[in-house]
Amino acid sequence: MIYLLCVLLLLIGLYGVLVKKNLIKIIIGLSIMEYALFLFFAVIGYREGGTAPIITKGFEKAVFVDPLPQALVLTAIVIGLAVTALLVSLAVRIYEKHGTFDIRKIRRLKG
Amino acid sequence: MNLIVLFVAIPLGAAFLMPLLGRVARKIPDILANLANFSLLVLALLATKQGLVVYKIGGWEAVGGIPIGIYLVLDGLAVLMLLIVNVIGFLATFYSVAYMERYTDKPRYYTLFLLMIAGMNGVILSGDMFNIFVFMEIAAIASYALVAFGTEAEELEAAFKYQVLGTVASCFILFGIAIAYSLTGTLNMADMSRVIAQQGIGTPVFFVGTLFLVGFGLKAAIMPFHAWLPDAHPSAPAPISAMLSGVLIKAIGVYALCRVLFNVLGLGKVSSFLYILLVLGTLSMIAGSLLALGQRDFKRLLAYSSISQIGYIILAFGLGTPLGFLGGLFHLLNHATFKSLLFLNSGAVVYSTGNRDLKKMGGLSQRMPVTGTTSMIASMSISGIPPLSGFWSKLIIIIAAIQAQQFIFALLAVVVSIITLAYYLKVQKLAFFGKLGEAWQEIKEVPAVMCISMIILAVLCVGLGILLIPGIKAVILDPAVEVLYNGARYAQLILGS
Amino acid sequence: MRGMTLIVKTITRLIVGLIFLYGIYIVFHGHLTPGGGFAGGIIIAGAFILLVLAEGSEELSTEVKKWRASLFESLGIFIFWFLAMLGVFAGTFFFLNLLPKGKPLELLSAGIILPCNIGIGIEVGAALFAIFITLAVLKGKGDKE
Repeated sequence: MIYLLCVLLLLIGLYGVLVKKNLIKIIIGLSIMEYALFLFFAVIGYREGGTAPIITKGFEKAVFVDPLPQALVLTAIVIGLAVTALLVSLAVRIYEKHGTFDIRKIRRLKG
Repeated sequence: MNLIVLFVAIPLGAAFLMPLLGRVARKIPDILANLANFSLLVLALLATKQGLVVYKIGGWEAVGGIPIGIYLVLDGLAVLMLLIVNVIGFLATFYSVAYMERYTDKPRYYTLFLLMIAGMNGVILSGDMFNIFVFMEIAAIASYALVAFGTEAEELEAAFKYQVLGTVASCFILFGIAIAYSLTGTLNMADMSRVIAQQGIGTPVFFVGTLFLVGFGLKAAIMPFHAWLPDAHPSAPAPISAMLSGVLIKAIGVYALCRVLFNVLGLGKVSSFLYILLVLGTLSMIAGSLLALGQRDFKRLLAYSSISQIGYIILAFGLGTPLGFLGGLFHLLNHATFKSLLFLNSGAVVYSTGNRDLKKMGGLSQRMPVTGTTSMIASMSISGIPPLSGFWSKLIIIIAAIQAQQFIFALLAVVVSIITLAYYLKVQKLAFFGKLGEAWQEIKEVPAVMCISMIILAVLCVGLGILLIPGIKAVILDPAVEVLYNGARYAQLILGS
Repeated sequence: MRGMTLIVKTITRLIVGLIFLYGIYIVFHGHLTPGGGFAGGIIIAGAFILLVLAEGSEELSTEVKKWRASLFESLGIFIFWFLAMLGVFAGTFFFLNLLPKGKPLELLSAGIILPCNIGIGIEVGAALFAIFITLAVLKGKGDKE
């Protein structure tokens, strides 16, 4: 069930990217897509009754959730940060040139 | 060779040193970047002599036969791709020494360039699903920034479009990786391949395969996913266009797609999936060439032509026969050389005339003999005129299609080859032959370093046909074909060593 | 960008040092508790960003700040690269943990992980601050037009 929620979130993000006309909203849509996937990874790694996979005093032999997806999510978050930062700076530069975030007004290139 | 990690480590180290040393003296960025790429070129040539190498990062050995660390794998296919990336990469850096003078901030340009090389080498060597994703993103983010490097309105817009589509593609790939991980419980590609072979190829594997096809297909600009390429590739500085069209879409698109589909998911023998590749390849082949026919902008025409030629490669892989793989890989290699050369030519034209519109050019060979001749060679090679390299790879693809009883696809490949000849003749006629335009009486040939890069690539275009001579073919092309055709053996080889 | 009111400025001056210290703590305990170079680096960058937001970017010479930030960024990532390459220089594997491991759950343990975390902390903190400064400067230009 919760997997479907992640897919739904992914589709909401995709909708935002495809339909919205504002550069910032497109960036938000992309971020939603990414976060849906992070959630999906975290859900995959869940084990029944598991705790955080950190060995501390008194928790050496507990049931841990799968730590690998969490490591992957951390890496993917860092990549997502780089992507978002670059996209935002591009959007700001485009705003400087055109004075608008509306893609209908700044479209010069033809497919 | 215990040093295959240097393919990733050298460009990364050079990229990190660049901002520290770049401001000390003006010549340092040029020297550092060329040194790094030259050492990579030497390493790539040395790598051809190696057999299969499995490198375990951090020295983490497998526990009970199950790999736990990150693996780097050098096999026949990886050697071929490393050669392509590093040869073109070195020539493009060499070309940049003169070409990038007019842009400010060379250190930053080289930093991004080296990061892109590091990312591509990483994708090629990685033996781990998630690491493919990470390196792919390094290469892709560097390329987004490089497309926007000129910071003019068009370049920014193209970069934005490219990055949005690229990020959507990455999301699909990440989704695929997540499902593959939950199916198999491992990220190591060899181990994943073994588990999938045991479980059998069911619907979930097809779903993962489709996700990867969409994701990597977007990165490779296969037909329904090609919209970003004609904007992004022409907007970058010329050496970067050469890298993007010549190498990047192959390393993080075609190569990663083949590696994942054939070696990891084991879809290389599933005829329905291969048929999808066949159809998509043919579609992009035809549409790319038809769209290229109508272009007036030199670089945009080349970009559409890239879509068309990638179509050939995907078509050849979709045949699923050894000859098809041979043709596809050989065409991939050839396309890397002649398309990079053509983009460098277009860069030379822009450098001298400041103009990309074909209609305004004319007679440029009189003033720029090196550019004219080399672009002539590249155009003839890409259109498949014997005895240039492009002829042989197209011939192999067509023969392979006939052998696989796909006569319609063979016919279409021939037709598209003729269309290719038509639009390259148009380029030659409009730009390099005819009467010299009045505006261009004063132009000069480009500086020597740019000429040297173009001449070396032209020599490669003429001479790459020798790779088909049996003795040489057994060293470079055959191992690569073997990897793709016997996809299931991948797991055995890696886990066994 | 203009600075904020006196209240914000005063509070910021009081707590910014604490935030910075907390970031360093997170970086140094990355191998023992949740956190590490990335999380700590973000907090360190947060301290600087708070300072700029409160005081305003007009009085700061942002060009110099940006240049220094990217210098530190390169330095941090270069440290990380160098530590990873130690294994190759010693003739073994990339990222091999060469240093003595020490006793588990102590600060000076886990070999190269602690220095790696420090490298990442410098890199992330400087990079994020550089991104912020760049965007703030760009934004300022847009307002004037």
